[in-house]
Amino acid sequence: MQLTLEFGGGLELLCDSVKIHSVDVDLPSEEKQLTMKHLLAWVRSNLIKERPEMFMKGDTVRPGVLVLVNDCDWELSGQLDTTLENKDVIVFISTLHGG
Amino acid sequence: MESNGGVDESTRLLRELQSLKDSKRDIEARISVIEAQLQQSQSNQLLDKKASSDCPNCVSDSGHDLTPDMIYRYSRQLLLPSFGVKGQSNLLKSSILVIGAGGLGSPALLYLAACGVGRLGMVDHDVVELNNLHRQIIHGEAYIGRSKVESAAAACRSINSTIEIIEHKEALRTSNALEIVSKYDIVIDATDNAPSRYMISDCCVLLGKPLVSGAALGLEGQLAVYNYNGGPCYRCLFPTPPPTTACQRCSDSGVLGVVPGVIGCLQALEAIKLASLVGEPLSGRMLLFDALSARIRIVKIRGRSSQCEVCGENPTLTQQNFQHFDYENFTQSPLSPAPLKLKLLPEGSRITSKEYEKVVKNGNTHVLIDVRPSHHYKIVSLPNSMNVPLANLEEKLPEMESVLKGVESVYVVCRRGNDSQRAVNVLHKMGVFNAKDIVGGLESWARDVDHRFPTY
Repeated sequence: MQLTLEFGGGLELLCDSVKIHSVDVDLPSEEKQLTMKHLLAWVRSNLIKERPEMFMKGDTVRPGVLVLVNDCDWELSGQLDTTLENKDVIVFISTLHGG
Repeated sequence: MESNGGVDESTRLLRELQSLKDSKRDIEARISVIEAQLQQSQSNQLLDKKASSDCPNCVSDSGHDLTPDMIYRYSRQLLLPSFGVKGQSNLLKSSILVIGAGGLGSPALLYLAACGVGRLGMVDHDVVELNNLHRQIIHGEAYIGRSKVESAAAACRSINSTIEIIEHKEALRTSNALEIVSKYDIVIDATDNAPSRYMISDCCVLLGKPLVSGAALGLEGQLAVYNYNGGPCYRCLFPTPPPTTACQRCSDSGVLGVVPGVIGCLQALEAIKLASLVGEPLSGRMLLFDALSARIRIVKIRGRSSQCEVCGENPTLTQQNFQHFDYENFTQSPLSPAPLKLKLLPEGSRITSKEYEKVVKNGNTHVLIDVRPSHHYKIVSLPNSMNVPLANLEEKLPEMESVLKGVESVYVVCRRGNDSQRAVNVLHKMGVFNAKDIVGGLESWARDVDHRFPTY
């Protein structure tokens, strides 16, 4: 499945400072649909190069990270259970506090 | 004796100069207030006269209370069909509080003063520093060392002497937040740290004030309107504070001046929309600004959470316990971000910058490792130091073995003396037992040894 993943607000530092990743993610065996839960595990083992605790806590993202599926907060689409489709754009953004 | 007299004399003159400057500033402030009052009363008289001289049938009363001066000053806004007299009148009757007179607050305050917000308040406890000026454009060189609020208020008054400007020269805390915020209709969060953001959002929910929240760091910015018309509050979005290591600060990570400038301008715009009742506020949405790729993305965020501890169905926070809520403990980070001062090493594994100066003067054989990131090292470094960033230290150690062999000591330096301690711990673990760190880093070198050594 072709997906575009974007990292911002400093999270890109965890993946070699690259903000936009065009990736091809295979469906887990015996699954019909790719969910955010699968994707997070995939991102953690394939894209995150350092300090994974700055990206995830348990099986979800750490506090202070917003997840957007096609420009929409994943809270509105079922968080970890959100099902993904080909060509979806998923943004992971860390909230900023500076000013 | 004589030279002492000279010192006393110049101290006395400096004091007198400062006191005269202070009096001058006070007088100037009073002059501008009186000028504004005079202008106001003259145009009111003009209006009264006009109203009484015109025949009742002529309908001189145009249905608004803008004075001729106001009409001229704000004419370009009045000419906007979607804003017009109604929008301007609403704006003139509104009050806006800007918390933080820094990178975000600077442009926000300038635009809010200029556009004719009736009452404009500002809160900050900080003083202006030279390294603020690249982004905090409301302040000038003449105000270095003086209160940011005083400086910002003077700038706002010089643009618009006809609005009310209120100075709160103090840090916003749980003890004064309810009282200060309650005096305004709309709040702009232009602060720079996590505990303040939670405190301000909670305070706005408790008092029912809409909040225009902006943040900027490096080359990115974020903007949202919270607690507006049934929309979410900051806590609905971020119920759990992020780990402290995820809260970067401009003084560590850097920021391009114009980036908070852009977000601060957008905060002013959202506040103007709320105050004038014009347009569609950025509530339930968030604006994400990426300066480097020149992209602005507006995303839909969740609505108000019924589970929210502050604005949900069963809120646990009340005005009473807000005043005792420990936001620093909640977010595990300080309200006024002071640089972290770690103490990881025993005394024996550390030397002061003055002691290091002696090592250099005595010609003792040693290696000085600077563990800052390479872009920091390029700004300024001590002579004969080698740059091995902390992140690469472990992997680089095998290559460094020949250099480290045979020297009396290995010293480690960084910017402030925190990473250098972490690095010494790494070195000790890897068998380099003669490694010590320089207490307080390059900042202490600049302070205690070489005053001309640049700091940043």
